[in-house]
This record gives sequence, C-alpha cells and structure tokens, in this order.
Amino acid sequence: MPMTETADAPAPAAAATLSAIELIGVVKTYQSRGEAVHAVKGIDLTIAQGEFFSLLGPSGCGKTTTMRVIAGFEEPTAGEVCLQGKNVTGVPANKRDVNMVFQSYALFPHMSVFENVAFGLRRKGVEKAEVTRRTAEMLEIVDLAGREKRRPKQLSGGQQQRVALARALVNRPRALLLDEPLGALDLKLRQAMQVELKRIQREVGITFVYVTHDQGEALAMSDRIAVMNDGVIEQLGSPREIYEHPASKFVAGFIGTSNLLTGTVAESGADTAVIRYGADERITVPVRGVFAEGAELELTVRPEKIDLRLEAPGNGACQITGTVTEVVYLGTSTNYNVRTSAGADVVVFTQNASSADDIAVRGDSVWLSWEPEHSYAIGTEAAP
Amino acid sequence: MSRRAAALTPYWLIMPGGLWLAIFFVVPMVMMLSLSLQQGDVVNGFQLTWHWQTYVDGVTTYHSQIVRSLQYGLASTLLQIVIGYPVAYWIAMHGGDRKTAYLFLLLLPFFVSFVLRTLSWQFFLSDDGILLGTLKSLGLVEQDYHVLATGGAVIGGLTYNFLPFMILPIYVALERVDPRLLEAAHDLYAGRVQTFLRVVLPLSLPGVFAGVLMTFVPAASDYVNATVLGGTNNTMIGNVIQNQYLVTQDYPMASALSFTLMGALLVGIFLYARALGTEDVLEVAAR
Repeated sequence: MPMTETADAPAPAAAATLSAIELIGVVKTYQSRGEAVHAVKGIDLTIAQGEFFSLLGPSGCGKTTTMRVIAGFEEPTAGEVCLQGKNVTGVPANKRDVNMVFQSYALFPHMSVFENVAFGLRRKGVEKAEVTRRTAEMLEIVDLAGREKRRPKQLSGGQQQRVALARALVNRPRALLLDEPLGALDLKLRQAMQVELKRIQREVGITFVYVTHDQGEALAMSDRIAVMNDGVIEQLGSPREIYEHPASKFVAGFIGTSNLLTGTVAESGADTAVIRYGADERITVPVRGVFAEGAELELTVRPEKIDLRLEAPGNGACQITGTVTEVVYLGTSTNYNVRTSAGADVVVFTQNASSADDIAVRGDSVWLSWEPEHSYAIGTEAAP
Repeated sequence: MSRRAAALTPYWLIMPGGLWLAIFFVVPMVMMLSLSLQQGDVVNGFQLTWHWQTYVDGVTTYHSQIVRSLQYGLASTLLQIVIGYPVAYWIAMHGGDRKTAYLFLLLLPFFVSFVLRTLSWQFFLSDDGILLGTLKSLGLVEQDYHVLATGGAVIGGLTYNFLPFMILPIYVALERVDPRLLEAAHDLYAGRVQTFLRVVLPLSLPGVFAGVLMTFVPAASDYVNATVLGGTNNTMIGNVIQNQYLVTQDYPMASALSFTLMGALLVGIFLYARALGTEDVLEVAAR
C-alpha cells in the first residue's frame, strides 16, 4: 500500500513508470451553514497507468469528492494532485487532461450525439476532418454508429450512457473518471455495461477511476479497490485481497456478506488465538498480536466458506453447533440461516452442485465448520 | 364516479376558463371586427356596411405611428434583453439561497401602479426636475437639454416598465440549466466564455423567446409611456387608437387600427418564431 509516500522529494523514478494519478495528503473541508464538513480527511493514493481503479464506499464517504478533486472541480484544502507526475493542484478542470463520465451523464440536451462527442475535440481546436474521423471512430467503439444525429433524449438510458463514455474517451485523456456511471441503469443492462466497460478499457488502454457504492460492481471490474469510509481509505488492495482479508470490521461488513461471531479469548499464541464461544465451543482464528485471556474478540467468516453438516465434522479447529432457522433455495445455491449456540445468526451459502435434496431442513441441529484461515479476527487492538 | 363522468372531468375543468374567454375575449373581438366595418357616428348610430376602406385609410393616415410603434417596441425589447439577461443570469447562477429575495426586490417597484411609476419618471426627468435641474445648475448639461418628449424617453419608459417580464422567463430558463452541464463543458476543455456561448446561452433561448413575446407585444401597443414621457413627435399607434375611441369617437377607425396593429404583431411574431426555429426551442424547453 502506498501509504508511506515521501512527501515533497521529487521522484527520480524512470519516466516510463510514472503513475497516472497521485494524491498526496489530500484534505477537503467544506463550509456548510457555518459548520466545517470534513469530506476527505487525508488521502494518499497512487494509481498506475492503465489501471482500473475503484473508489468504493457508502454515500458520504468522500469518494465523489476525491474524484472531483482529481477532475479539478474542487481544489483540495490541503495536499497535492499529480497527473503523470506533474503537480496540477490549482489547475482548472478545462486545462486538465482527465475527463469525466457524470452520474446522470450530463449530456448536452440541445446537441446531437455527434456534437456531444465532438465537443471536447472542438474546444481543443482539433482540425475539422480529424474531429469527424475520431468522433465516428469512437461512436463505432461504443456501438452507436448510425445514431449521430439523434438528440440525447431520443436515446435509451444505456445508449446515453455510452454517449457519455464516448464524449469523454474521444479526447484520449490521461485518465477517465467515472462517477457511478451505471447507477441509473436496470440490473440486466448494468451487468452488460460492466463487461462492456472492461472491454472498452482494455481496447483504449486508459486509466479508469471508477466511483461506486456497489461492491459487486467494484469487485467485478477493478484491478484495485480503495474502500473508503468517513473521508479516509479503510483498505486498498485487489478485489480478492479485500474480499478475503478485510482489514477492518467496516470493510468486512461493506464487502459481501459477513458473519460476525463474538467470543472470549481462551488462549493467545503468536499468530493464532483460540476463542471460547457459546456452549463452550472452541474456535481457532488467525490474529496479529497477543490478546489477554478473557478479552472479548469478534471474528468474521464468509457465508460460502462455512461447511454445514448434520453430524460432527471430525476434529476441526473451527466448529460450532446451531439450529437451522430458515432455508432459502436460490437455484445455483441454497442459503441457510443458522442460530448458533451463542444466539448469533449466521448465514451459510452452499452450492447446489448436485440435484440432491437440501442438506438440512428448518429446525435441524447442524454443525458449522470452516478453515481457520478463512476467518478473521476484528478486535485487533491487541493488548500491548 | 362512473367512467363516463370521469371522461367528462377535463371539460368541466376547462369550462370556467373557456366561458371567460368566450364572453370577454371572443365576443368583444367579433364585435370590434364588425364595428371596424361599420359607418356612421355616435349621435346617429353605426351601420354595418362592410366598409373595408377604413383599413386603407387608417394605414395611409397613421402608417408613421404604426411603424414607430414597432420600432419603439423592438428597441425596448432589445434593450430589455441587454439589461435583463445579465440580471437573470446573475440571480440564477450566483443568487445562492437568496434567489427569491432578489426576485422579490426586482418586482417590488412593480407593486406600484403602472401609470404612477411612469408619472414618477416624468417627474424625475422633467426639464428642470431633480436630475436635469441639478445637472443644469452645476453647468454639466446645456440649459435647453431635455429628455422628456423624445423617442429615447418613450423607449426608456417601455424598457423599464416591461423589464420584469423579460427577466422572469429568462431566469426560469437559466434556473433549469443543470449545473452538471456546466461542469461537463468545463471538463471538456471549454473555458467560461465557451461554456456560456455553447451551453448556457442556447439552453436559455426558450426563456428569451418567451420574454420577447411577453414584452414586445404590450410594448408595441402601449400608449401610456408615449403620453406621459413622449412629445407630439413620439405618438404611437396606441395613442391614436385611444384618441379615436375616446376623443374623436370614430369607433370604426379605432377598431380598424386595432386590428391592423394586431395583424402586424401576429405577422411579426410568426416571422420571429420561424426565424428562431420554435420547434427546436420548445423541444429544449420541454426537456
């Protein structure tokens, strides 16, 4: 993680490996009705050339503000924005080599599709024939050839979305910023556009910075994800890292479904702890640091990592008992809600690989087990 | 409610307005049209003789007033755009939380009667009044300099009196421009001037269009400003019509001139709408 950038020393790194976007200690504070709102509380971020990078978080986490700072619509209260290694803090948006796809597209309603897409090139003073050629080429890429003369209003939501994309991409920006671009589309179209966006990004090879609150979208599309909460980055990593090893309770809860179990520490070793849970069950969990015996500890485990059986699974390091409270058949998988011996509700996903009946029915007593490395202790503020 | 009754609801709703228009607009129009084709005088009464010659006489006698009315109306409308657009723009784009307060301030003088406001301009601009008297005693303007009884004074009065009807529709159009469109233009390398010319101005044209309709028609047919602020060389067709009705009591001539003015305005508006491409303008307005 690039959390330890040296602040002001000019990077002597080779020009070829210049990062597309670099944020150094970016802070953004607003004044709203006499009160200071800390939208972004200090962000350090390096986004590589050609990367598909997502800023993921709930509304109000600062992800959109961060993007607007990169675009140049907002000036950071403190910190620096660098594009291609060049400090652009204070440079207005129309002089920055990044383009944005707006949440509601913000297409110019009085212009045709062609004029919308050609807008940026014309403002940059690109030669007329070149404008026509590049606009046509870009409309081809987004599959809108033949619709040049339409007005945005005459297009479907998905088509408007692609016009917005073409309007930004035609300028060949250093980076493309996308602000929840699929938010207004229905599920089917959204999924199709996710694949489409990935294809287009590969084709044009431009850095994409993607702002979304949809964790599924971020996981599906990104090379790396920064999970933001309350103006700071909670975790930065590949989708797999973030899903498999959430760095905080917030990340565990925000990405996917997580089961939260609370117990007390029975033994604490160098990198694992044994937790006493419910009816005197023992759970082994990897930890960082040593915990005092008897301290309360929370752990999470993903629903699909849990093995559900009617009889004891043998000598597992992590196994607890419970009662099935609900069985939901979903076609490819079945969800079980299980009330554990300690009274917590746990969700278990099982793949329906065979056409056999469900493993358990409502009211069955079951055993839940998982591998220790699939669980994660949350209360990591270990005793010093 | 039965389906049949429900289907009739729109007609019930439009009835008060429809009746109002029928009684107070259509009937007088027909009466006036008939009057314009009658001959006679107030004492002996008027007879419908289909005397179209009145129209020809009206235009030949008063064509200079008709042309002047259109000129004054046009000049004041253009001045209103020049003055009103920046005001509307400022309130819509930079008014912040106080937009309503600014609009109220703008409208405040117009709570006073139209005639009274015009009279106070006459008072203010009179040859030895507050403004000119002071300037003359300071020796800043010539002793025989005057503002009243000039075409400029009439155009100025018209501009002042109808300005809110220009500002409000432009304001509404600008208010509705999505600020993200400005950001998008900015993002696509347009500076402030280009953003205004390419995005804001075209999107506000429906407002300008509506403003012109709402100010040009009453300005061109106005007679109060010409009466109060103008001189004998600045009479507009409105003055002539008023005079024909109330002083000369030549009702057919007054009616014929009214219809001539209406026709001229309709043709003017129609050409204007064609030139500006209303379909396009309305399409944007309907967004």
